[in-house]
Amino acid sequence: MSKGVLVDLTKCIGCGSCTVACKLYNDNKFEKDSPAIGENPKLTDENWTIVTAKKTEKDGQPVWRYVKQQCLHCEHPACASACFAKAFQKTEEGPVIYYPHLCVGCRYCMLACPFDIPKYQWEKSFPLVTKCQMCSGKVAKGEAPACVSVCPTNVMTFGERDEILALAKKTIESDSKYVKHIYGEKEAGGTDWIYISDVPFEQLGFRTDVTTTPLPEYSHSFLKYTPYVIVGWGSLLTGMYLYTKRRNKIAQEEKKDVHL
Amino acid sequence: MAATNTQSWSFRLTPTRVLLFILAGMAAAIALWRLIVGLGPTTNLNDQWPWGLWIGFDVLTGVALAGGGYSTALIVHILHINKFNEIGRSAMLTSMLGYLLVMAGLFLDIGQWFNFWRPFVSWGYHSVLFEVFWCVSLYTTIQVIEFGEILTERVAKPWHKFFRKIMPFLLIVGVLLPTMHQSSLGGLYLIEVGKLHPLWWSPFIPLFFLMSSFFVGPAMVAVETSLAGRAYNHQVDLKVLRGLAKIGGTLMVIYLALKAIDFSNRDAWQYVFAGGLESNMFLLETIGGVIIPLIILISPWGKTRSGLVTYGALTALGVVVNRLNVVITGMVNYYGPGYIPAWTEIVVSAGLVAGGILAYCFIVENFNILGHHEEHEAA
Repeated sequence: MSKGVLVDLTKCIGCGSCTVACKLYNDNKFEKDSPAIGENPKLTDENWTIVTAKKTEKDGQPVWRYVKQQCLHCEHPACASACFAKAFQKTEEGPVIYYPHLCVGCRYCMLACPFDIPKYQWEKSFPLVTKCQMCSGKVAKGEAPACVSVCPTNVMTFGERDEILALAKKTIESDSKYVKHIYGEKEAGGTDWIYISDVPFEQLGFRTDVTTTPLPEYSHSFLKYTPYVIVGWGSLLTGMYLYTKRRNKIAQEEKKDVHL
Repeated sequence: MAATNTQSWSFRLTPTRVLLFILAGMAAAIALWRLIVGLGPTTNLNDQWPWGLWIGFDVLTGVALAGGGYSTALIVHILHINKFNEIGRSAMLTSMLGYLLVMAGLFLDIGQWFNFWRPFVSWGYHSVLFEVFWCVSLYTTIQVIEFGEILTERVAKPWHKFFRKIMPFLLIVGVLLPTMHQSSLGGLYLIEVGKLHPLWWSPFIPLFFLMSSFFVGPAMVAVETSLAGRAYNHQVDLKVLRGLAKIGGTLMVIYLALKAIDFSNRDAWQYVFAGGLESNMFLLETIGGVIIPLIILISPWGKTRSGLVTYGALTALGVVVNRLNVVITGMVNYYGPGYIPAWTEIVVSAGLVAGGILAYCFIVENFNILGHHEEHEAA
């Protein structure tokens, strides 16, 4: 079964410890020009997770909320289905991980991701795609990802996806401050990282128009016809080839003019 | 013209060709620079806009415009409609050169270019790109082998018989493969649901790509034969062009009808006349690239050479705009503005086309392309 993480945005104070832990564990550089926290942080090849400070409104009052962003590790990952060389694969434990040696660098994964998570090493001669790997090595050992374990306010709960989803449901039902929406329960067919919040998700910059159909199904709805096209169209072409050729030959022999 | 029997190779160097050589040379230099330093310093691509001009023009447009090869092969060699024989070779030559350029453009665009062969062994068969990759590489190979039949008329002559023998098989596979990858290039964008603007995203986008790649064939043939006709004093019979244009035009009518049905199904008519970048670009592609060419075909002007060339040029431009709309215009609303092709990207694209034109001229002047009327004996 897939592991997952429940992010309770009401508990986040925006300290950014998670972004530091991420960089330390994954050996990613700190870059002055692209901070991982603040009002305008950006996911980049070195920032696999960011925390955005958002000034928004709740019950007519201005409030600050802090939104942690990283790969959501979809149950049916679009990136993995879009990769024509299997450079992205979902492990049994849940993390969607990257195999650099298989990557061709076409960047179709970046276009396919409904959350725009994969980023590219544009400045390198031989660039790779980068994104959060959910600390797959730790998860395989049953440990929580680095960002989860350092959080001082327990924003994140690591566990079986079923269990954290049940926990999320219980939490939003038992407390009226929460909006009645678990982000990631159904988005893109379900993600392993799920969010709950006391402010509507669209106000926090979440993409709320994401399809609930798993994205790989869109490709499959087309690719499933491939074998039939090969066999059907292939034999039709061969048939037409032989038929029209013979018809022309007969017409020539009989010296008759056949109108086509 | 085709100097099949003389021994020396000929290639006239005109001022235009010198210019084309310079352009191709610049493109080659930039390409080399890009392969060494990577995509960041040499293009305006970024995390927000991972695909740009090279994918939109060199690859998606290139493959579509080269569609003239398979539609002509289907008409001439599969359906054996003999009156079209004389354009068979030039259309298939343009197509082969087009695909070779597409491969070059694709090679420049991928980050790990030394790893380009990976999908041959690591099968990501869930990806539409996997189908595109296999079909385009196989089809390019097939076209090169098909060209062997023409090549061996002049060099390595003992092989000629062999090539004639395998032609029927190559021709059939050579129509099957493009049918698949022309549609799957559109299929790539199925997964862009919610990102690509509804004027272009559709569950039928693979069919639209397939149909437009087919009807651009006769249009390209009209343009190409008129250019080559002027340069080589070899005019293709007007009836041939007109006949092909009728086939293309019929398909364009069906294309428009399917678009209309699709828009009604998805409730997308509201975007057509909404104004703004997307709807204007869509109207440009549809009115300028489909409806006006159709009107030309129906009008008396469509029976003249200039009318047919105009129809051809507009239709081809319409397909160019359509592909660029899918890759760029249709994504602006989602990604936001943030990409304008760098001069380097533009020069490389132009240089690839220049190289293609030079190769076309060389081959036409040294092999029997334009004057070829007979059907394959073995075929």
